[in-house]
Amino acid sequence: MLFPDSFKVSTPSDREIRVTRDFDAPRRLVFDAFTKPELVRRWLLGPPGWTMPLCEIDLRVGGAYRYVWRSEQDGSQMALGGVFREITAVERLVATEKFDDAWYPGEALDTTVFVETGAITRTTITILYESQEARDTARRSGMEYGMAAGYERLEKLLPTLTGEPT
Amino acid sequence: MEHSSYAGATPNRLNRTFAALANPTRRAILERLASGEVSVSELAEPFSMSQPAVSRHLKVLERAGLISSGSDAQRRPRKLEARPLAEATEWLETYRKYWEASFARLDSLLSELKATEKKPKRVAPKKR
Repeated sequence: MLFPDSFKVSTPSDREIRVTRDFDAPRRLVFDAFTKPELVRRWLLGPPGWTMPLCEIDLRVGGAYRYVWRSEQDGSQMALGGVFREITAVERLVATEKFDDAWYPGEALDTTVFVETGAITRTTITILYESQEARDTARRSGMEYGMAAGYERLEKLLPTLTGEPT
Repeated sequence: MEHSSYAGATPNRLNRTFAALANPTRRAILERLASGEVSVSELAEPFSMSQPAVSRHLKVLERAGLISSGSDAQRRPRKLEARPLAEATEWLETYRKYWEASFARLDSLLSELKATEKKPKRVAPKKR
């Protein structure tokens, strides 16, 4: 990884989660990677073992986007969609965010900002939830996904540790 | 393996922990307590804050399980309780790992895009 130290997750307010990361690329490429479906599908794959069978993005104010992920293991699906509120090409994106089976109340608002310095693009994603409760609920479920992913990796690792064939 | 500590963190407790940590004064109090037990009046000093105001913050921290009263019954010094803080940190760490895995894939994609872009540029004269 090129810039792992630049990666930060923080909670700037009661209702927000902010993720920051630097990428070694001009921001028009990073912007493309966030907004062109054929590129988004290559990296926004969800937890390990999940794929992204659907990725639609209508990149204009009022346009909708829709992402669907599927677990290859048990076929369960997770879908997310929203509408673009603000688009400043290569600089800034504001869009609503709502999961189909929303486990937290209301919609969230995602603001993604791309700042290029030298050849590096700092990308800041801020997710604003409707309430602190919604944010914390969303975060907890993230924890559960993380745990499930952790178990999957553990399951794969165990046979190699005990010397049994996979 | 990590499950046991997650199981200890009930949703409500995590909520209380994060709510308690959302305030800069309370984070400063926790930092102060990291070096050991401190009495309420000692805690109030560096914050130019009334003792009742500090007590209110301490109550929030106490409810979140982040601090407890120390052994000296008269001074009732406060001390740091590490566990809820560790649970909150673990939560953020899991979230971090998920994003980092996606961003690592994005890194590879971007270097591929840069390499693809360079090809036609070699033909064209260099301009800056």
